[in-house]
Amino acid sequence: MAIVLEDVSKTYEVKGRKVEALKRLSLTVEEGEIFGIIGFSGAGKSTLLRLINLLEQPSSGSVSVNGTELGALSGEKLRTKRKKIGMIFQQFNLIESKTVYQNIEFVLKASKYEKKEVKSRIEELLALVGLSDKADSYPGNLSGGQKQRVGIARALANHPEVLLCDEATSALDPDTTKTILKLLKKINRELGITIVLITHEMEVIKEIADRVGVMTAGEIVEESDVYSIFSHPGHAVTKGFVQDIYDFSIPPHIQLNDNSDVITIKFLNENAEANYVNQLYRHFDCDISILNGRIEYIQDMPLGFLMLHVQGEAQEITRLKAFIDESKGIERAEIYAETI
Amino acid sequence: MQRLSEITPLLYRALLETTLMVSISIFFAVLIGLPLGILLYITANPLLFRIKPLNQVLGAITNVIRSFPFIILIVAIMPVATWLTNSSHGPVFASVALSIAAIPLFARLVETSFNGVGRGVIEASIAGGASLMLIITDVLIPEARRGITQGITLTIISIIAFSATAGVVGGGGIGDLAIRYGYYRYDTVTMIATVVALIIIVQLVQLIGDFLTRRQEGN
Ligand SMILES: Nc1ncnc2c1ncn2[C@@H]1O[C@H](COP(=O)(O)OP(=O)(O)O)[C@@H](O)[C@H]1O
Ligand SMILES: [Mg+2]
Repeated sequence: MAIVLEDVSKTYEVKGRKVEALKRLSLTVEEGEIFGIIGFSGAGKSTLLRLINLLEQPSSGSVSVNGTELGALSGEKLRTKRKKIGMIFQQFNLIESKTVYQNIEFVLKASKYEKKEVKSRIEELLALVGLSDKADSYPGNLSGGQKQRVGIARALANHPEVLLCDEATSALDPDTTKTILKLLKKINRELGITIVLITHEMEVIKEIADRVGVMTAGEIVEESDVYSIFSHPGHAVTKGFVQDIYDFSIPPHIQLNDNSDVITIKFLNENAEANYVNQLYRHFDCDISILNGRIEYIQDMPLGFLMLHVQGEAQEITRLKAFIDESKGIERAEIYAETI
Repeated sequence: MQRLSEITPLLYRALLETTLMVSISIFFAVLIGLPLGILLYITANPLLFRIKPLNQVLGAITNVIRSFPFIILIVAIMPVATWLTNSSHGPVFASVALSIAAIPLFARLVETSFNGVGRGVIEASIAGGASLMLIITDVLIPEARRGITQGITLTIISIIAFSATAGVVGGGGIGDLAIRYGYYRYDTVTMIATVVALIIIVQLVQLIGDFLTRRQEGN
């Protein structure tokens, strides 16, 4: 277990008013995984993340990283531990008056890195993030994506065990976001660094996370592997975040009554058989037409949707629904469409 | 024209005196004002070294000194200046008061330029395990370099302005010359010559300051 938060609360006092940013929250992040936390702005994500390197002290509860209880650390010991916990930020937070090289050198200096090895370590890091030719550039002359690469190189400089990412791609365009996420995934897989990332974008979670926690009002209301979050969202907030892929609207000309119904089926993992619709045609005395369909790949596993218009005897339609409900790996989906 | 050649030696001497006073005062303003500015900043910043009472005491002292009209400051610290310089007049003697006036001014300018350093970059440095000392020397000061350079420029110009009053303790200098000859004796030529000299000096300081600031933009 890389990171264990136990019953942590964090209350800020703002002008005499108490703001509960975290409410008795517990969370375990496994070693080597990429754990995503998604939530709207103000949910408490940044506060949670900042507890993990003690940029914030919890009001109560305990935080431990790779077996070390952080609350027990201070001064030099805390600084040493922090070197093993890298962090990157939405706004990159580079030292503008230092070159790319000097920015990385700074954290090596902080850790009293073996002087003779500083240069080769920086070169190694720059190669890892693909910025070898930018060593002498100033942050002001770099693009957002390049700045985040510097941020990543800096965060990795002292061989951390954990990398914390606070909205690391939120200031980047979609293409750059993809390349940065790929880089983070590579770092996770190749260097075995545990990553905790927070975001308000489901795309980011879908792209990179192994497991995900959904956060709202200082609590984690749902936690599971990413595929399940998409295929079986439970909490209303989770449904809101995955709603895009469930967003099928029912064409206006379709009448809904006992003899005419719209059924959206959800195909899970590889269970979906290609000839499933064929089976429906064959086994049921109904008119079936396809209205809409889509396949999402989540962690390379397909999650498919097919929206069907079924017309026939009410009894036959009921039988068809029951058949779908009994089919393995196939479910009826709740959709978020309003009938126009 | 003849009057002008008469006052040239006077001007020259005044120029030397001003240079001496400014040099001594800016030296101490930076030597003491920079650490004071750093202290003012870090004792107010919850990320770094917040000690509210200390910050309030330092802030109060700074404000009190800055509220003194310069002429009163000179008189008030006369005993200290006498003890320090072993004299009771002259440019070196005047430099004590000038330094004391310039230190809190520069400290506040330093503090202001630190306030312009992003909270994020400080947090990133802390997250990277940097010590307070390293953050001061390698983040705060380099990031605030432009503001600090501008602060030095502004402080020098303020010292030149203050130094006009230095005449009351025989400090001399160009400002003093302007007041003594130009103002009290209605000597228009000297007055114009000294004012022009002052304008040139201030312009020059500003130009050099701006040049150095621009050179430090980091790229
Ligand atoms: N330093 C702080 N002082 C006071 N309130 C804060 C502070 N940091 C965060 N908060 C409050 O805590 C809540 C959670 O904030 P945050 O963790 O930044 O949320 P998120 O990152 O999910 O947007 C918000 O209501 C925010 O206003
Ligand atoms: Mg946030």
